[in-house]
Amino acid sequence: MNNIISGLRARLAPVADRVGTALEPVGRVLGMKSVKYPLRTVGVLLIYALPILHLPLINTENSDFSGVLFTVGTYVLVALGLNIVIGYAGLLDLGYVGFYAVGAYTVGVVTSEHGQWPFFLALPLALVVTMASGVLLGAPTLRVRGDYLAIVTMGFGEIIRIVARNTDWLGGAGGINSIPSPPDIGPEEGLFQIPHLSWQYGYPTIDDRVTKVLHFGVLDATPYFWMILTTIILVICADMLIKNSRVGRAWEATREDEDVAELMGVPTFKFKLLAFAMGACIGGLAGAMYATRVGFINPPSFPLMLSLLFVAAVVIGGAGNRWGAILGAVIVAYLPERFREFADWRLLVFGIALIVIVSFRTQGLFPGRQKKRVAQAEKEVQKLEEGAEIV
Amino acid sequence: MEFLIGNFAELTITGLVLGSVYALVALGYTLVYGVLQLINFAHSEVFMWGTYAVVWVLTLLGASGTSSLAGAAGYLAIALVAAVLMSGGVALIVERFAYRRLVRQNAPKYIILISAIGASFVLSEIMGLRDKIAGFLGLQGVLGDYVNNPRNTSTLPVEIKPEPVLQIGNYMVRDTELLIIISALIMMFVLDQFIRRTSFGRQIRAVAQDPEAASLMGANSTNVVRLTFLIGGVMAGVAATLYMIKVGATGFNVGFVLGVKAFTAAVLGGIGNLRGALLGGLILGIAENYASGILGSEWRDVTAFVLLVLVLLVRPSGLLGESLGRARA
Repeated sequence: MNNIISGLRARLAPVADRVGTALEPVGRVLGMKSVKYPLRTVGVLLIYALPILHLPLINTENSDFSGVLFTVGTYVLVALGLNIVIGYAGLLDLGYVGFYAVGAYTVGVVTSEHGQWPFFLALPLALVVTMASGVLLGAPTLRVRGDYLAIVTMGFGEIIRIVARNTDWLGGAGGINSIPSPPDIGPEEGLFQIPHLSWQYGYPTIDDRVTKVLHFGVLDATPYFWMILTTIILVICADMLIKNSRVGRAWEATREDEDVAELMGVPTFKFKLLAFAMGACIGGLAGAMYATRVGFINPPSFPLMLSLLFVAAVVIGGAGNRWGAILGAVIVAYLPERFREFADWRLLVFGIALIVIVSFRTQGLFPGRQKKRVAQAEKEVQKLEEGAEIV
Repeated sequence: MEFLIGNFAELTITGLVLGSVYALVALGYTLVYGVLQLINFAHSEVFMWGTYAVVWVLTLLGASGTSSLAGAAGYLAIALVAAVLMSGGVALIVERFAYRRLVRQNAPKYIILISAIGASFVLSEIMGLRDKIAGFLGLQGVLGDYVNNPRNTSTLPVEIKPEPVLQIGNYMVRDTELLIIISALIMMFVLDQFIRRTSFGRQIRAVAQDPEAASLMGANSTNVVRLTFLIGGVMAGVAATLYMIKVGATGFNVGFVLGVKAFTAAVLGGIGNLRGALLGGLILGIAENYASGILGSEWRDVTAFVLLVLVLLVRPSGLLGESLGRARA
């Protein structure tokens, strides 16, 4: 597997270079030094256009494609948050669905159950509440040993679900109904309308379906997808800034060796708590968006299995590398929707995939650069030690 | 509160019964943790497979109707053997495929935990999809009753009718309850003596204390790990039989909650400590009953988690202290 991926990378890199070189004159004409950024912009625009293009092979025939894309988006958002906790700070959180639920319930409570707040006002509140719940859970539990943390967080996820089920104020077992969509921006028919493509005849034709821009209806999930995609891009930017800051380095040091980090003057507990709170916050964000999209939440929407799927997404992709985590989330969320006929086998296949991937590629499919460096250093140290033994 | 005082004896006894099952399952967690310092996440599924072994064997033997505990004794003895074999076998498979390679590579702990979670998914989903798997192998016709409706609960074909035998306070203790508590205690005693007195037990303790030194002294650590998993599996098999006598029904997802509780019990008593597992299991069983007596049964499942967090905060090494190597048991 190692060889396949590195081989693939070696083969793809020159292609990308060549494309870059070929486009360079174009860039020069336009007065740009590098075509990297325009290329990225095109890529992002393509992702934005996905729900409209309905590309064959990628499109899901049996379920609404933009709905599927939205689900993938929530998983990606969650994976980005969980990647901070697991990948950067090295804390195994098996109860992440708890934060997701807290975010969703906060929105549900203030917009429908006990208030009429508009969504964009409820969203910041959801962030604050989930962050607070992250700190509340983290403050006592982050002091316990790492492997206990997994079980304690798993317990937290279950407690949140059971409390929601047993508390009438939170809607009890029936959950919360009629959570409103985000308010429309602009006129009733949307700022402007974009038609969808149809590939019915093998070539693209203009369909009679249209998406109203910034009009959040029940039927069309495309505006929600755009909303979550925008959020994801913002979160990725924030993630990049944090990862390359002192905070990111402190997380890395804590993950690799807590005692050494502490000796070097890193207040490890504080940084672990920060990672926990930030991860919780992003999980809550995803939960809030989920709530406003589906309009109805109840305790069984947040089963423990979801936590394990989230962890699986991060670990399969490669904990510590945001692109790996995103890829993992896309795999975990998209493949079962695309291949609906095998949906029953999903968990079985995941289980096997988890065992195989961690056995043969301990770092996940795309490990982070630092993790690879650490693994390399460890290997060298081991080699030296073994050599000394022989002498 | 009044309910708790009025039914104190009943809540305590049934708590002890549940606690005995927790304790037997907790042994599997505690042993593996003692030797490898790993949470064997798949252990709950080892238990679940044991419960199915009981159901299948009784179906195979053609047991039906209702019976007293004594009347079903023969069936139950055979079922016990089957459950022990099944759970022990599944535990060995888990060790082989989810652990051995990673343990040899000295992989980070959380990676091994992920592998164990994967194994747990696989085991429970194989059980939950057994009709499709049988169909895939062309065996559905032969296996019919054993694989149909895999996602529903499977009940024991023979209904065991408990009979009251002993009065404690205002509660008549039933023979099944007595059997469960006593057999759990016997199993614990046997295991305790095994770990303490036999050569295998000494090897397990040695590896738990210092794997490197133990292998220098001639203990084969791979074998010791395998033996540890096997013992855990056997105990889970016994627990599965007792559980089926008490509850009478199982499902492909029955392991998870019970596993978490058993793990809590192990941590509560001090993980890696055999007597701690017994104490933790019994305390947890009783605490759950009291809590559901006071707060209502819908809060029962929260008790274990709250108790776990409290114990970890106040006394992270558990009530009796951890470490299989250091503790004399």
